[in-house]
Amino acid sequence: MSAPVIFDRSRDEIEEEANGDVFDIEIGVSDPEKVGDGMNAYMAYRVTTKTSLSMFNKNEFSVKRRFSDFLGLHSKLATKYLHVGYIVPPAPEKSIVGMTKVKVGKEDSSSTEFVEKRRAALERYLQRTVKHPTLLQDPDLRQFLESSELPRAVNTQALSGAGILRMVNKAADAVNKMTIKMNESDAWFEEKQQQFENLDQQLRKLHASVEALVCHRKELSANTAAFAKSAAMLGNSEDHTALSRALSQLAEVEEKIDQLHQEQAFADFYVFSELLSDYIRLIAAVKGVFDHRMKCWQKWDDAQITLQKKREAEAKMMLANKPDKIQQAKNEIREWEAKVQQGERDFEQISKTIRKEVGRFEKERVKDFKTVIIKYLESLVQTQQQLIKYWEAFLPEAKAIA
Amino acid sequence: MMEGLDDGPDFLSEEDRGLRAVNVDLQSDAALQVDISDALSERDKVKFTVHTKSSLPNFKQNEFSVVRQHEEFIWLHDSFVENEDYAGYIIPPAPPRPDFDASREKLQKLGEGEGSMTKEEFTKMKQELEAEYLAIFKKTVAMHEVFLCRVAAHPILRKDLNFHVFLEYNQDLSVRGKNKKEKLEDFFKNMVKSADGVIVSGVKDVDDFFEHERTFLLEYHNRVKDASAKSDRMTRSHKSAADDYNRIGSSLYALGTQDSTDVCKFFLKVSELFDKTRKIEARVSADEDLKLSDLLKYYLRESQAAKDLLYRRSRSLVDYENANKALDKARAKNKDVLQAETSQQVCCQKFEKISESAKQELIDFKTRRVAAFRKNLVELAELELKHAKGNLQLLQSCLAVLNGDT
Repeated sequence: MSAPVIFDRSRDEIEEEANGDVFDIEIGVSDPEKVGDGMNAYMAYRVTTKTSLSMFNKNEFSVKRRFSDFLGLHSKLATKYLHVGYIVPPAPEKSIVGMTKVKVGKEDSSSTEFVEKRRAALERYLQRTVKHPTLLQDPDLRQFLESSELPRAVNTQALSGAGILRMVNKAADAVNKMTIKMNESDAWFEEKQQQFENLDQQLRKLHASVEALVCHRKELSANTAAFAKSAAMLGNSEDHTALSRALSQLAEVEEKIDQLHQEQAFADFYVFSELLSDYIRLIAAVKGVFDHRMKCWQKWDDAQITLQKKREAEAKMMLANKPDKIQQAKNEIREWEAKVQQGERDFEQISKTIRKEVGRFEKERVKDFKTVIIKYLESLVQTQQQLIKYWEAFLPEAKAIA
Repeated sequence: MMEGLDDGPDFLSEEDRGLRAVNVDLQSDAALQVDISDALSERDKVKFTVHTKSSLPNFKQNEFSVVRQHEEFIWLHDSFVENEDYAGYIIPPAPPRPDFDASREKLQKLGEGEGSMTKEEFTKMKQELEAEYLAIFKKTVAMHEVFLCRVAAHPILRKDLNFHVFLEYNQDLSVRGKNKKEKLEDFFKNMVKSADGVIVSGVKDVDDFFEHERTFLLEYHNRVKDASAKSDRMTRSHKSAADDYNRIGSSLYALGTQDSTDVCKFFLKVSELFDKTRKIEARVSADEDLKLSDLLKYYLRESQAAKDLLYRRSRSLVDYENANKALDKARAKNKDVLQAETSQQVCCQKFEKISESAKQELIDFKTRRVAAFRKNLVELAELELKHAKGNLQLLQSCLAVLNGDT
């Protein structure tokens, strides 16, 4: 059974115009602060909103939120919007190891790094969520941004980003196991699914390479620092004065370069690598949405099959001439006819929503990637400019060895 | 795959010859000029063509070439070390054995993994590994050449008969490598020497110059060793990062060709950038290796040779002192006095001869060292600048294109 694809042109156009508005809302996540002690401790983050949109009470306001609050928000949004075809941005991952270190009070660089990584991820998550025109209208989102007190989110275990992913994957498995192949009337959906599958694979590959780069750059930084110290020692023991001085200068240059490598590794990670991992998880959400559509179709199809069965049952009753059973059969037929109609409407609606969502997603993706790539290249430019400065300063020192 | 590299053609271009022997600042003179004009890499050995130009009467011709292998260089070096007459000189350190094992292994692994990557990736990696192989090859040639040039530049060693045989005799020298027994003997000799070294260097030297040199060399040698190791690790990290650029470039290319939106142009342009910038980063790593790591490695070996000289001098001093004691004893007992007197004189002469030449050698060592460091540090800085500027230009022009697009 195939479904005609109907577009309500005029309504679409109106929504398009609304989307064309520059979304004048900016979210910042900052000032991570440890609250409490021991295993009950948690990090509180300041969420600051700057906006000129009239739906908010003020132009600038901030609240304190903890990680489980973010998960709670996401679970609410996902429950409401995923199954009707909206691509709800996934929340950042939970990390037991990372968080335990912070709770236990390990004040080392790895826990500071962890907190910073999480802060940046939470910020990106909120920015993506508010950019979505439909989600921005959601009262739960507004409450999250505005109200000073927020009821504690419960059951975030099951509804963490990973939890949602598991749900999505289970749905996908269920779909794959369907023996009835959906009769896809619209090639667009098949094409898009394939495209996202390919994109997913490629992004994963790229992400792995960038992660390797981050790792090697950090190694390079450490090795450069070690060499700098060693060169300084060598300079100390060199008994030719001018050469000794030049070697000390070399050590200084290498120390500065080590700093440079560290900063570059930072950029490698926060600008490039994290974008890629965000998109890998976003695409999982997109895939989930496609799978929901299949489930929706399945429901509709099942309803049609059941209606057919009810009609056959009615025919049997009429032959057997059982008046009270006939009435029951007619009621059931009416019931299932309504369900079939609802199923068709739902399916059309989700298909329409997905088309729009994918269009928006692709636009965002293009913009995101362009912005990030340019930002990343600019970080590389900065590194090279600094390198030139350092070596230009060193060259005369080397030439001065007499 | 190895076949293509086996019967290697002349790997050494004209321009490369001028760049070699960079770690030592040598006065080459017309009387004797030695260089390695060609080299061939075969399955498990390298064949060096040693080319000599000389106006000395010792040689039959003015210009001639022979083919030598690594073992023959070692034989020559060891013959210097074992020669008592040369005890007062810094023996130029032997070149390290050519080691292509790592590179070969990588090339082999690449061949095995050919099926698992795209043709384009495979070609890229193959080129990379071949370039690496070539770089190692050029380095080993340079190191063997430096050794010969040092010998040729030394006023005494250049006259050595074994050296002349090495340069001229156009048959195989048939120097078998040391067998197990001889290697074991060497090992024990070295052990005794270092144990000795500890004892002997405990004696404070009367001569200020040598006292200073000993303190200096002991510390310097250790620091150079450390710096050399750390420089090596730094260079290798640099190379790893450059290799990552390669993979990132390939991934971006794949993304660019698959993407249907207009970000695909972005991906393709950036992929191109990464390919180009990667080549520069690889060159940076290679130049750091050449100008810094190799320099430090060389002076690690040279400072060891200088330490060996000091040890030999200390040994001869101990021998001299022992001979003095023996002479006193003989005079007291009035027995074998003449024998003891002769022995004492021989030791005295030996010690004085070594001391005199050692002083000059150590002064020369310092001069050479300073000159080499200066040359290499200047060249290092110039190359780093060149590459950084190249990189910057690439990045800026790419950004200009990308920004113009948006």
